[in-house]
Parts: sequence; C-alpha cells; structure tokens
Amino acid sequence: MYVAAKGGEAAIDNAHRLLAEIRRGDPVVPELSVAQIREQMSLLVDRVMTEGSLHDPDLAALALKQARGDVVEAVFLVRAYRTTLPHFGASEPVDTGAMTVSRRVSATFKDLPGGQVLGPTFDYTHRLVDFALTEGSIPEPAEEAEPGPDAGHCPRVTDILGQAGLLEPSPPEAGAPVGDLTREPVDYPADRAVRLQALARGDEGFVLALGYSTQRGYGRTHPFVGEIRFGTVALEFVPEELGFPVPLGEVPLTECQMLNQFRGSGEVPPQFTRGYGLVFGQGERKAMAMALVDRSLRAAELGEAVGAPAQDQEFVLAHCDSLQATGFVEHLKLPHYVDFQAELELVRRLRAEHEAAHAEPGEPLREAAE
Amino acid sequence: MPSSETPPEPVAPEVAARRSAMALAGAATLAELEDVLARAGLSAEAEDLRVPETGLVMTRGRIGGDGRAFNFGEATVTRAAVRLPGGETGFAYHLGRDRPRARLAAILDAHWQNAETRPAVDAALAAVAARRQREAEGRARRVAATRVNFFTLARGED
Repeated sequence: MYVAAKGGEAAIDNAHRLLAEIRRGDPVVPELSVAQIREQMSLLVDRVMTEGSLHDPDLAALALKQARGDVVEAVFLVRAYRTTLPHFGASEPVDTGAMTVSRRVSATFKDLPGGQVLGPTFDYTHRLVDFALTEGSIPEPAEEAEPGPDAGHCPRVTDILGQAGLLEPSPPEAGAPVGDLTREPVDYPADRAVRLQALARGDEGFVLALGYSTQRGYGRTHPFVGEIRFGTVALEFVPEELGFPVPLGEVPLTECQMLNQFRGSGEVPPQFTRGYGLVFGQGERKAMAMALVDRSLRAAELGEAVGAPAQDQEFVLAHCDSLQATGFVEHLKLPHYVDFQAELELVRRLRAEHEAAHAEPGEPLREAAE
Repeated sequence: MPSSETPPEPVAPEVAARRSAMALAGAATLAELEDVLARAGLSAEAEDLRVPETGLVMTRGRIGGDGRAFNFGEATVTRAAVRLPGGETGFAYHLGRDRPRARLAAILDAHWQNAETRPAVDAALAAVAARRQREAEGRARRVAATRVNFFTLARGED
C-alpha cells in the first residue's frame, strides 16, 4: 500500500536559501566577481562554453559562479539560457587558416611557415605547486620579440602537406543543408558534420577517455598531431536585411588536425587520413580527443573493422552529452516512491512463491546449497 | 537632412568600407562609441527600427578547416536597427549581450551611410583602430617571443 504525499515546498525553499549561503562561502572572504572568474578561471570558462555549446564568456562565468564551480551544472544553466533566445541564423564558416594565432605547434613538421609557436601553455612546466600564488602576485611581464616576417601567415599544416596527395583532402562542400542536432534529433547513421557537432559539445572526460581507448588498442588509428592552433578568428553573419557578411567580432578557438595512417583500399592509394577537432577558447585536450574520436568514427567509411566503442557512433553520440547523461543518472535521486512500491510488492510476491515452492519436500534444497 | 532618394545598390568597395567601420564599432567599448559620436559631432537621436535584442547565431566551421561546413556551437549575438531623423538606417550585429552598445553602433552605422557625415565617423573611429592596432601588436610581440628557434647541434669529431 502507498499513500500519495504532497509537501516539501518549505523544505525546498529553505534548501535553496541554504544553497545560496553555502555558495557564498565564508562571508569574511571577499566575493568572487564574474569578471574575476572570466579572467582568472578562463580555461574553465572555455570548457563551459564548449560543452554548453554557446560562446559567451560572461554568461559562462556567471553560470560557474551560480553552479559553485560544477561544470555540468554550469553547462545545464547555459543550455537552459539558450532556449530562451531567438535563433538569428548560422554564421559563415570560420576560416581557421586566417586565425590570429596565439599558439601553433605541429608534432609532425619541425619547420613550417609561421613556425612552432608555444604561446601560453602548461607544456614543459614542472607541475610543481607554486606556493607563491597563495599570496597575490604580479607576474613578470611577458617577454617580447619582433614577430618574424611570416608571423602573420600561418597556413594550416594540412594545406601544405595536402598538395602532394599524401594526405586525404577535406570532404568537399556539397551544398547540402548542414545537419544541426539542436534543431532535429540525430538520425543514425549520422553524417560527419553532425558527429562533429555532438563531439564538440560532448563531455571532455568522456571524449578524452574514448580517444584514449583508441590509443590503447580499442580501434587503433595511429595518430599524429599534424597541428594544434589556438587563437582568434573573425566570425561573420549575413543578415537578410543587409545581404553581405557583417563582422560579429572575434571568437577564440582551438583547432586540432590529427593525421592517421591508412593503408589504402581498392579505390584509394595509401595515404594519411585525418581527424578533426574544433572547440571554443583554449581547449587543446578536448580538441585532440575530439579529433581522435572523429577519426575512429570513420572506421566504416574507410573500410576498417568496426567493433571498438569509439568506432560505434550510436554508442558515442548517444552518451557523450554531459547534460543528457546527468539528467538520466541524476533523476534517479528524485522520488520514485510509487515505482519502488510496485517493485517491492513484486519482490514480496516472488519471495512468497519461492518459499512456497521450497517448503514442500522438507527443505532438502537448503541443505544441498550449504 | 532627409534624403528622399533611395541609395544606389552598394558597390563592393563601399560594402568593404562599411564592413570595416562595422568591425571597428563592434570592437569598441560603449565608452569608446560614445566618444566617437561626440568627437564626430553627431547626435545619438534615432528611432528604433528594431528594439535591440539578443539571440543566437549558430557558429560554423569546416571539416578539416577547409572542407564541408558543420555546426560546432552557438554564440550570443545582439542586434539593433535604427533610423535617424534624416532617414538613414543603421544596423549592428555584435557578439555578446550588450544592447546599449549595439544600439549605439547601429546609430553610428546609420551616420556612416550619409556621405556627408561618413568622413567624420571614419576619422573618429580611427582612435578605436589605433587602440586595436596597439593591442594586436603587443600580443603579436609577446606571442613571437614564444616561437621556437631550432638550432642544430654539431656532431662528430671535427
């Protein structure tokens, strides 16, 4: 038997007031401003923008503040906010070749136009905790140098290598409508554009683990980092009333070009194939993981054996979204009193039947079990 | 002054010039835009053709950087459209959610449409361009210092 219950309103209100107080922390400690989060937790802000699938650093910083730093909760807030906004249209595709580069490295070519530019990176740091940061500190001003004559021109590594035919070209523009999973549900098999959209907004941990699994042998792709670049690109949009591309502003992006071995097939000679990653802000790990999984999801297209999780697009796309995943996992903690009551009744009945079945021959089964 | 004639179809160089003016206005802060308007001696009086509103633009990239287009996220964009008392219309589309800034940029775009006020707008925007240039050069110099200069170590006995 169960009794329908109502109530909890006061408890819920009070829980939210308590949350607000706990979120603020010790009032003796100065409160964080949104600008502080935006400026000093910038990689976290970038991650929330990428997984929230919305470029808006101030909004992402505010969401992080509201979410007490919980990335998935902040992503939830950002995604909820976007549903309140009208859709103006789609931008012109960004030209990453024209990026104002802050960082650009290639693991495959030492000498390339524009050079190897490290930019602001954790690479080569010693990963020793810097206790000097405990106290406020003013960093030493960054070193400056005269930019080389080719500094403004960083062609993509893939553009340079592509000419010799050693590298598969990018899939050509077909003029077909660009799939958008925010407007229509994913249809399987999903095309590469939709897969990339899903991976771009996918949870970094999940995509990283899948990429890692391909390196460990679950759908090996023999990857090399052709290039990683981080910097800003101009975003443009053609409003109907103007009919020409209007500059919206500059957006920071990280792009990863992964080069993978490919032995060739009946139709295609041996060449390097590619995986691609593109995310908001400085998100190198995510862009790399995305490129690995993009390539592994092309297994069937390239005639490779398919069997590993990272090659299974339904598995990957249906589970990479942190908001969908958390929604289904976390809903379990909401009241399931009625469902559970039904299950309880069922288990009681089964137990009664089980006892009745085993009571008859004078409990021989129990002895056998012991 | 009211211009009753419909302006001729914009030619490509004019569009390019307008786009650069729009890009500068888009990169300007609200205070800079107010300053530009004041320095150009222009009025901020305008009627809203479209009340400034924030919406979404789907951002697109290309597979492999140069291939087929795909959607990789969205961006908040604020747009405004105004008409000056003289009849010129101006538009602004900016990243972010700053409505007053978008409205002011639209007013500036409208003044830019008028051949008489355009030089003043362009001249005043030069201050924004100079600030942007300084910042870009500073960034480029700091980034340039992180460029790797490879050198080959001498090998062998000689």
